Amino acid sequence: MPLPKVDAVVIGAGAAGPIVAKELAFAGWRVVLLEKGRWHTSADCRKDDLRNQRNPTLGYPFGPEEEGNPRVFVDLNGRERIVKPSEPGYNNNAFCVGGGTLSYGAMAWRFHPNDFRMRSTYAAKVPRAFENSTLEDWPISYEDLEPFYEKAEWEIGVSGDLSGDPFKGPRRRALPMPPLPPTREHEILEKGARRLGLHPFSIPMLRNSVPYNGRPACMRCRWCVGFACEVDAKNGTQNTVIPAALATGNLELRTECSVREILLDEKGDAAGVAYFDREGRPWEQPARYVVVSCGAIESARLLLNSRSRLYPQGLGNRFDWVGRNLQGHTYTGANGLFEEIVYDDLGPGASIAICDFNHGNPGLAGGAMLANEFIRLPYQFVSGIRAPGVPRWGRAHKEFVRRAYRRIIPVLGPTQEIPVFDSRVTLDPRVRDRFGIPVARISGYRHPHSIEVSEYMAERAADWLRASGAVKVWLRRAGRGVSGGQHQAGTCRMGRDPKTSVVDPWCRVHDTANVYVVDASVHVTNGGFNPVLTIMAIAYRTGAHLARAGRRA
Amino acid sequence: MPGRAPILYDSVKPIKGGGCLKRRSFLAGSLAAASACRSKPAPAAGYRFLTQAEVATLGAWVDTLIPPDEDPGARGAGVVRYIDLQLTRWFRRHQSSYREALARIDRWARSRAGRGFAELPPDTREELLSLMEQGEADRDHFPDGGKGAFELVLAHAMQGFYGNPRHGGNRGYASWKMIGVPPVPVRGREHYEAARTFPEKS
Repeated sequence: MPLPKVDAVVIGAGAAGPIVAKELAFAGWRVVLLEKGRWHTSADCRKDDLRNQRNPTLGYPFGPEEEGNPRVFVDLNGRERIVKPSEPGYNNNAFCVGGGTLSYGAMAWRFHPNDFRMRSTYAAKVPRAFENSTLEDWPISYEDLEPFYEKAEWEIGVSGDLSGDPFKGPRRRALPMPPLPPTREHEILEKGARRLGLHPFSIPMLRNSVPYNGRPACMRCRWCVGFACEVDAKNGTQNTVIPAALATGNLELRTECSVREILLDEKGDAAGVAYFDREGRPWEQPARYVVVSCGAIESARLLLNSRSRLYPQGLGNRFDWVGRNLQGHTYTGANGLFEEIVYDDLGPGASIAICDFNHGNPGLAGGAMLANEFIRLPYQFVSGIRAPGVPRWGRAHKEFVRRAYRRIIPVLGPTQEIPVFDSRVTLDPRVRDRFGIPVARISGYRHPHSIEVSEYMAERAADWLRASGAVKVWLRRAGRGVSGGQHQAGTCRMGRDPKTSVVDPWCRVHDTANVYVVDASVHVTNGGFNPVLTIMAIAYRTGAHLARAGRRA
Repeated sequence: MPGRAPILYDSVKPIKGGGCLKRRSFLAGSLAAASACRSKPAPAAGYRFLTQAEVATLGAWVDTLIPPDEDPGARGAGVVRYIDLQLTRWFRRHQSSYREALARIDRWARSRAGRGFAELPPDTREELLSLMEQGEADRDHFPDGGKGAFELVLAHAMQGFYGNPRHGGNRGYASWKMIGVPPVPVRGREHYEAARTFPEKS
């Protein structure tokens, strides 16, 4: 059933879509924002360590629903299985208003300038990173994004202190809020880092350290990453750009709407989208522009599901690049056991970082930021942390948990992955979701060099912990399976050449005049950092561009 | 795989290579078939799924994994109740695995030591579970050497012991007190949540 035509329909109310929607709504465009999940309030946030967005033992509170949203996962041995959201291999982020930004840890990193030019930086120095990889430069630079990083930092709200990071890219303006006071872990690790001649500083976070934007400061509870903030001190799109855009009267947000496909006209441009509402009723929303912001897995799936006579292999997929180069981060690091109690019960936990090893590592392409981890809730600790030689159960295990819970500091980092053409999202030929739409099928592997760099990073984390006084240190290594998850990226690569990319430097799908992909799908590489601030910066840049260059009714 | 009929999420059969979970099917035919092949035994008083004998066996099993010492063990902290409750909720798909595993370990204990698993002394129980962990349980009783059942119960025992009390385990915040994390923190809404946790039964 067709609805009145609007200037733009934005699909997905996660980190990116609402920012584009806000920029357009502020420019006077009539915008519809479609979100597959619900709009949760902090009242839905139960401090449940078995049911949160980081531990779905008893399901995900912020979507997707366990039934009716399967994917197919193909493991390293080629075995395929149908996976529900809470099962390994699904690579879930969140399906809700705010997307991952409702419940994330909220680290607010800008990528390093060299993260945008991995080929130029490493082609001569580290040729093995280019074997069987699609490692490439971005078509845009750090300088292109700098004003939009700043805009994200001030509009969404970032606290932290980057003055101690000599490796950061040039910036014109400091962060709007100071960091939260340091935790005990922070103080211990700061001394250790200085002992090694490293450069520790307070992690930038999309979290209020002081009242900001009409909302209060963080109350430092232990339920942060994986949870919605009950005092709304964590800044996501759900409590910033979405209310701002709604207040213009130009944005309509429709929740629990699942888009089936992008509808094309006879010229091959988008005419709108077809979607199902919560009752399963089909609707058509005509629009002058379509913005796809569903995350790297679902954005690729939607393009692939948008088939037509002109694009029988899916929209933007003439050269078979949609869904390719799926990447996330290879997280590695180390755990350090201390004699003294290091746990002070001050959230969010993560507090201190170093960027000494993001680039310039001997013989390696890229690296990672290293930081102490968010608070480990008891079951999370038990399921993830065990010193070598400690049995998995029985008296000795219980004794270990009792003694070690408050004496362990984990240091971890997101190693920048070397993209692989065969790590990808396709459509499963058989499995459909509750609406009968073909589902994402995830397959592939990590590039060997990603593993190599991640091993090096684990050793650096171990050095840092030893220098900080840990009496026992052990490494946390990564598997070789395809990466994605909450940092999923890469599946609709940005580039100038339509034969080797999906969108242009302004995020417009090459084949079309009016379809944009705006989320981490467009990342050529994913940096050695949590990607959300880069996603937001790209959304601000594309939103501003569309508002300026686009034609509305 | 062209030409094959599409499959919807709720009627999925294992695909090549296996390993996929059986989905519940709401088709009348399969319901009839399912009810024909089992009759449900009565749950123990105060439980939703496990029988009296199963409660005893599972209690001994989880208490071997997390034994009582100066702090409560798994059984004392309500882990059996956690598993029982979840077997009627999130873990429905594990119902038959539990029914089977608890019967198997008991039969194995009887054939090996002449007594049911729950009646064995702790070190014998430990010995049996160690064999299962290594996949070396008697194959007449556990076709996979016991590994699958061991891992299932271990994961659930840890969840029940260290997880949030609202799900039936970690009674009285036993494990959180044990590790020194205040069960009712100064910050957050735990003062409100405390009233809504799973009602404790003595």
